[in-house]
Amino acid sequence: MATPLNLKELSKQEIRFTAGHRLCAGCAAPTVVKMILLAACDYPVVAASSTGCLEVSSCISTYTAWKIPWIHNAFENAAATLSGVETMYRALKKQGKIDRDIKFIAICGDGGTYDIGFQSLSGAMERGHDMLYVCYDNGAYMNTGIQRSGATPTFADTTTCPAGAVIPGKPQQRKDLTRIMAAHGIPYVAQASPSHWPDLMKKVRKAIETPGAKFINIFTPCNRGWRSRTDDAILLSRLAVETCFWPLYEVENGVTRVTVKPKEKKPIVEFLKAQGRFKHIFEPGREQMIEAIQQAIDKNWERLLKEEEISASGEKAE
Amino acid sequence: MIGWKDIPPGMVILEAGSAMKIKTGSWRAAYRPKWIEENCIHCLLCWLYCPDNSVKVKDGKRGEFDYDYCKGCGICAVECPGKKGNKAIVMEEEVK
Repeated sequence: MATPLNLKELSKQEIRFTAGHRLCAGCAAPTVVKMILLAACDYPVVAASSTGCLEVSSCISTYTAWKIPWIHNAFENAAATLSGVETMYRALKKQGKIDRDIKFIAICGDGGTYDIGFQSLSGAMERGHDMLYVCYDNGAYMNTGIQRSGATPTFADTTTCPAGAVIPGKPQQRKDLTRIMAAHGIPYVAQASPSHWPDLMKKVRKAIETPGAKFINIFTPCNRGWRSRTDDAILLSRLAVETCFWPLYEVENGVTRVTVKPKEKKPIVEFLKAQGRFKHIFEPGREQMIEAIQQAIDKNWERLLKEEEISASGEKAE
Repeated sequence: MIGWKDIPPGMVILEAGSAMKIKTGSWRAAYRPKWIEENCIHCLLCWLYCPDNSVKVKDGKRGEFDYDYCKGCGICAVECPGKKGNKAIVMEEEVK
C-alpha cells in the first residue's frame, strides 16, 4: 500500500538526500528534493541532474548527498542522459535481468531546463520516455553568480541585466516553460510550490505513477540571487502562489486544472518588495513598472482560468 | 588528504550519502534556532521545511535540533505555527 502523504507517516521514511550538502543556508532546493523523494518513497529511484547549484553542491569531490543512484553528465543533457538510462532499464527488464519497478527522475535548475538543456528535455518528452523531469526554478544562473536565464522575471536585477541608468533589470518577459511542456502533449505537466507541500507531493506521486514522459516545474526561492532574507524561502514561495505569480495547476492528458485557487489574490507588490532584485522598481517615477508586472500576471491568471474552463467542457463533450 | 589515485575512475562516488561527513553546522554565523518544547504541537513542518535535515523526529514526535548540520537559516522559526501564538522555535544568538 502506498505510504500516506502526511508528515507523521512520511517522517518514518528515510530522506534520500542527506545533510552535509553545500547548498547555501536557506536554499529551497534541498527542501524541494526532499519533498520529491518523499513522495516517491515507495519506489527505488534513479535520478539525474544537469549542471547547476544542486549538482555542484551535492557531489563535491568524493562526497555525495544522494542516497540513490544519481548521475551528472553536463549542463545540456540531463534529460538525454536519463532517457538513455531508462531505455537500458527497459531493455534489461525485457531480458528478465531486472524485475524491480524503478522510477526515473531528472531534477535540474532553470538554466539547465529553460535554456541550455531545453533541446534534450524537449526530445526526451517527445520520445515519451517513462521518466519525470522536475525543474527547480530559482529564476537565474545562481550557481555561477546570478546571470539572467529564460526563467528570470521581467525587471529582475541580475549580474548580466543589471538595473541602472541603461536598463531597468531584465527587459524581456519570462519564458512560460510549463505551457511549452504542456504543448508537447505529454500525459502529465504541473506547476508546484514547496509552500503548498501536499499539492506538490500529490503531483509528484501522480506523475511517477503515470506511464510516459512527465514534467513538473517547482518554484524554488534563492536568497542569494533574489537578495532576500535567508529565512523566507517558504514564505516567498507562498506569496508567489497567493499573488498568482506562480499559479498551481496541472495539465493531465490535455485537461487543465488549477489545483490551488487563492482565496484572495494578493497584489504583486507584496511578493516584489521582499526581494532586493526588485528594489529599483520601487524608486519614485517607476510605478508603471509594477503596474506592468501586475497586468501581465492578471492576464496570465485570467487565461489560465479560461483554459481550465474550456478544457473541462471539452472533457464533458467527449 | 585524498589524492587523484584514491578516487574511482569516472568520478564515481561509491559511498551513498557520504556528504554526512561534512558538518555544515560550522557555517552558522549569527543565529541558531532554539526549540521550546512546551509550545510545540508536533506538526513536523520544521522537519519538512528544513533544508539541512536538522530536525530530529522519532515515532512522529519532534526531537532536538541537530546542530552538526543546521546552517542557521531560520526557515523553521518563520514557518513554526507554535501554540496559541507562541512560537516553538525562536532564533537566538549563536554561541561558539
